[in-house]
Amino acid sequence: MEVWLVLLLGGALLCALQAIRAQRLLASAIWLAAVSALVAIALYLIGAPQVAVIELSVGAGLVTVLFVFAISIAGEDAMTLPAAVPRPLAIALVILSAGLLGWMTLPALGITPPLAESSFAQMLWQERGLDVLVQVVLIFAGVIGVLGLLGEARAARTQVVPGPLPEKDGAAHQQEVHP
Amino acid sequence: MSASALHILVLGTLALIGVGLYGLLAVRNLIKVIVALQIMVKGALLALVMAGAAAGQPNLGQSLAATVIVADTVVAVVGLALAVQVRRHVGTLDVRALSSLKK
Repeated sequence: MEVWLVLLLGGALLCALQAIRAQRLLASAIWLAAVSALVAIALYLIGAPQVAVIELSVGAGLVTVLFVFAISIAGEDAMTLPAAVPRPLAIALVILSAGLLGWMTLPALGITPPLAESSFAQMLWQERGLDVLVQVVLIFAGVIGVLGLLGEARAARTQVVPGPLPEKDGAAHQQEVHP
Repeated sequence: MSASALHILVLGTLALIGVGLYGLLAVRNLIKVIVALQIMVKGALLALVMAGAAAGQPNLGQSLAATVIVADTVVAVVGLALAVQVRRHVGTLDVRALSSLKK
């Protein structure tokens, strides 16, 4: 399993780098979908099939569709602007953050034998019921966001429709009158 | 789960969070900022499932990960809607252009 995990997480890392480096937004969204798919397979391998299925359908499916939809509305705005933070500083900050996280996490790693606990469904629906309610509120917020996107698409479509052309009307009128 | 698999997962998590953090710091396109945020959340997702499995409570970690997926999707949707609105009203997806809000 370790070999598969190395391959999957290495692939996810390469796809993530490509998603950040890609010039085109559409390519970036597709690389992100690949990251989601590889992470979902890794989750399945480490014994979390429910989360893997949710991640594959939502992370690689729904979110990618939303990205493509938003890019089609906003336009493929490929920018070759300089970075917001100087690259050496950004890389140094990333290495510092990852180093600190690793320094805190790696020495504390240990495997506890499985404790007696509820099943996944019982844990989600009964013991964490309040969290599920919060998720419902979050989903409503997401629906409002989608409505915002759809309203934007409708507004853009009504702006594109051209009005009557006065010159053509005038020409047509002249054609009707003179013969 | 073996100890070596745990170490591989920790390193993968750190790498994904690092790449996402680099994207957040370096990228100026609003949609790519959301892509970077999504990459960071993938790392956090792996960390939650891994921590649950290592602590002997895999179902707790997995249910937390399911909640994070829902929250992450909603963040992406609202962020993309905001990006579209910014593009329409400001005319660009450049994050720096939003500094005109200060005036």
